[in-house]
Amino acid sequence: MVNTDPVRDWQIATVTSVHVETPRVKLFRLELPANTRFRAGQYFDVRLTAPDGYQAQRSYSVSSSPSDPSMIELAIELISDGEMSAYFHEFVELGDQIELRGPIGGHFTLSQNFIQPLLLIAGGTGLAPVISMLRQRQSVETTAPTVLMFSTRTEADILFREELMQLSEQDTNFHLVITLTRSASGEIPMETYFENRRIDRPMIDSAINLLGNVPARAYICGGSGFVETIGNHLLDIGMRHDDVRTERFGP
Amino acid sequence: MINNKFFGRRRSEPARSVPPGQYLEDGFPVLSAGPTPRVDTATWDFSIEISGAMIGTWSWDSLNALPQTDIHTDIHCVTKWSKQDTDWRGVTIDTLLEDAGVDSPTGFVLADCDGGYTTNVPAADVIDGKGLLVHTYNGEPLTPEHGGPVRLFIPHLYLWKSAKWIRSLKFMDEDVPGFWERYGYHMYGDPWREQRYTND
Repeated sequence: MVNTDPVRDWQIATVTSVHVETPRVKLFRLELPANTRFRAGQYFDVRLTAPDGYQAQRSYSVSSSPSDPSMIELAIELISDGEMSAYFHEFVELGDQIELRGPIGGHFTLSQNFIQPLLLIAGGTGLAPVISMLRQRQSVETTAPTVLMFSTRTEADILFREELMQLSEQDTNFHLVITLTRSASGEIPMETYFENRRIDRPMIDSAINLLGNVPARAYICGGSGFVETIGNHLLDIGMRHDDVRTERFGP
Repeated sequence: MINNKFFGRRRSEPARSVPPGQYLEDGFPVLSAGPTPRVDTATWDFSIEISGAMIGTWSWDSLNALPQTDIHTDIHCVTKWSKQDTDWRGVTIDTLLEDAGVDSPTGFVLADCDGGYTTNVPAADVIDGKGLLVHTYNGEPLTPEHGGPVRLFIPHLYLWKSAKWIRSLKFMDEDVPGFWERYGYHMYGDPWREQRYTND
């Protein structure tokens, strides 16, 4: 389980696609210089260097499935005052070269061999490492139930919407819960869809019902307040500390 | 490699420089591998072991009864943010060792925490005033998400070494990798030498 591989040196990846996923999030696919095995949930460090030598580094979780080690997909949200996200959103184009190193991280990862019931909870771009887990889980065809609870601002901010909707229609073992923290004008055709609501204890209780039992493991990724609140709920329902894996971002 | 159109959003020159690869953060981000454990000061205790022998145990009240030390310092997280001019209060490891009546150990130390977190540093990095158990941040009790009631504090190393929810320090001859160190993070973690990961 434990990754003892040293993190690789900085390497140069090439942008092979740029996709506007939502008004605030762009997806970047980066071809790696050599096949790089990573685990679902891991992240890469990205480094930008200005002509005068000034550098900035940030970490981004991989959203693509580990089944393709030749490339990684990063979901980058435009952050106000964010120097790296602004550069990616304004300037990065097909064919550009980007310096990065990884994969990094070991606790917030899901093994391909983990085929027990699973609860995934994501807020905003916290969906990135979680969808990598989900994509991997689809490729190994487990019949163990999986619930994804995804919280985001508005309907326009739903990342990977078509893929998630399609998955929830096709796979009877996969349950999708979407909640919008602000109201939306549209109507999403699914039962487990909420508006003007944040993930709360009753919502978690119904997710546990969908799973049939308290899950073997849960992964929570999102802003720190989001993770804090939900982590507390999961301890309240009796999950063991070590079975609740978290990744927090933002101040 | 140069990114030609990259300029960055450089803030006005900080009072002091930050370590390489770091940016200044005004907030105080929370990073923990799991949920925040529930720690009750009524039952909390802290112990020190040296080479397998328990040399002292302190309750919340006995920790607070010891001489307190204030420290004004910058902090550096391996996830790239640094925060300047933070104020902490707590008890130095020197004070605890003195209270237990033992000499400063050599070798290495492994910190053990509620929630199962561990981290390792050389013994020399927690003595001579370099390491503390802190319970107060900027004049307020340290909140649970930041490691309260008591966290280890070793500000000259990356913040993952300042273990939250600390329960014991085990001094030993061997350098045993802790939680993140086993996942490929650096055994020492000096931000000024940018020792983020193994081999950095």
